[in-house]
This record gives sequence, C-alpha cells and structure tokens, in this order.
Amino acid sequence: MNVPAAWYLVLAAILFGIGGFGFLTRRSALIMFMCVELMLNAVNLTFVTFARTLGDIGGQATVFFVMVVAAAEVTVGLGIVVAVFRRRASTSVDELSELKG
Amino acid sequence: MIALTYAWPSILVFAAAAVLVVVGAVGVIAFTNPVHSALSLIMTLFGVAVAFVAQQADFLAAVQIIVYAGAIVVLFLFVIMFLGVDSRQHVNVEPLIGQRPLAALGIAITVGGLIALMAESHWVTGVKSVVTNGRPLQSGTANVHQLGTAVFTTYLFAFEATAALLVIAVVGAVLLARRERTAYDEDVNDEVDA
Repeated sequence: MNVPAAWYLVLAAILFGIGGFGFLTRRSALIMFMCVELMLNAVNLTFVTFARTLGDIGGQATVFFVMVVAAAEVTVGLGIVVAVFRRRASTSVDELSELKG
Repeated sequence: MIALTYAWPSILVFAAAAVLVVVGAVGVIAFTNPVHSALSLIMTLFGVAVAFVAQQADFLAAVQIIVYAGAIVVLFLFVIMFLGVDSRQHVNVEPLIGQRPLAALGIAITVGGLIALMAESHWVTGVKSVVTNGRPLQSGTANVHQLGTAVFTTYLFAFEATAALLVIAVVGAVLLARRERTAYDEDVNDEVDA
C-alpha cells in the first residue's frame, strides 16, 4: 500500500516554500529563475499526487503542459538575462531600477 | 503504527525522494556559486522524478529527467558559463533591511495555510481526498497509453497550442539574444581583424 497522498502534498508545500523564499531573497536573476523552477516542480508534484488520489489522468496531462510552458519560459527568460547582461554586465536585479518612480 | 499500515518499500521511496528534494532545494538557494545551485537543482529534479515514479506517473518521470535535468539545467549552465562564473553574489549582504525575516514570515504563512487547507480540503472538494489513500489510476493500461489518449483527445487543442507557443518562444529567444550589429561594431571588428 502506497504512502498517503498527504505526505507528498506536504513535501510539495515545503518545496514550494523553499522556492518562494529563495525567489524573495536572492538577487541574481539566474538563481531567481531556478527558484521559479522549484515552485513549478512543487505544483507538478501536487498535480501528480492528486491524479493518483482521485484516479484522474487529467492531472498528469496538466503536468505535461506545465513542463512545456516551463521550457518556453526558461528559454525566453534566459534570453532576457543574456540581453540585460550585454548592456549592464550584471545579472543582479537590484541594478535594474530605471522604472523607479 | 505506520509500519503496519503502509508497506516499507513505499515509505523508503518517499523518504529518499523527500531527502533529495529538500536537500537539493536548500542547496539551490544557499550556494553562492550559480553553478553549484544549478547542480543542486538537478538533485531536486531527480527527487521529484522519484516521487513521480512512486505515483504511477512513469512517462512524466522520464520527461522530467530528459527535459528538466537534460535540457533546462544544461541551458542554465550554458548561460552561467557564458556570463562568467565570477558573477557570484554575497549572500550575507542584505541591502533591504528586514527583507529576509519578512520573506520567511510570508512563506511560513503561505506554507502553513497550504497545509491547513489540505487538512481541511473536504469542504472544498466534498471528498476527504488527502486522508484516504484513493483509488488507483485505471489499472491494466500502461501509463503512457492513458496519458497519450488524454493528450490526443481531451486536451488536443491545448497540445496543438503548445506547438505555437514553443515556436514563438524559440523565435523570441533568438531575437532577444541576437547581437545587434551596428556601424560602430563593424568598425571595431574591422580594427580587431586588421
């Protein structure tokens, strides 16, 4: 008998929390992207757990699409990081303050 | 007794996945060197893949390794190398006073709320879903078969839309990362060549 779904859901919540904390405190744009990946993976884990618990394959199909969107997001995001680095020679998000009022 | 309720192998698999996920995730936000963070991210992704296999999501576990650990992290490493490894930041410097305590408080509230919501989720779904062990996914049919049927029938429109999304993302990334060739660049390049 498999372990209860709640164990995996709590693990996913903790993973989401770690990713969110890193996103809020780290200043390198690259690390912030990695933290977004952590949070996306936490949500994927939740989807798969509910797919198992509720016996619905739709949860796994959703994870499939989340992965595709994550891949597209990373591609464009890293393109932006490279473009910003060309101009500013820095990946710190503190340096990007032109729009400050 | 937990040991009598659940099989030992599934508990061991869960423990291994949990350790991989949590240690890797803490590594991602704790390492100062971005390369180490990226390698730590791979550890977390493997842990999530283990959790996928344990929950009858075989195809997604394979995709997790191939796409995430194989492609996305390699892309991260490429960009880190391209920008220079010396872009490490000082983790101990705190430019915004009180940012970390506030972030920790907000995250604690969020995670606590999530767990409380899961404990009480029967008033959302009407089913005590996280308390019961649930019914299995359709048994006797391979996971890839089920997922493929779902993606190519119920979710066909979304599946086709992802094709457009990926093309747009690739074109956008090429445009963003392309080096603008200006007249000044041409002159500099000529001087370097000469």
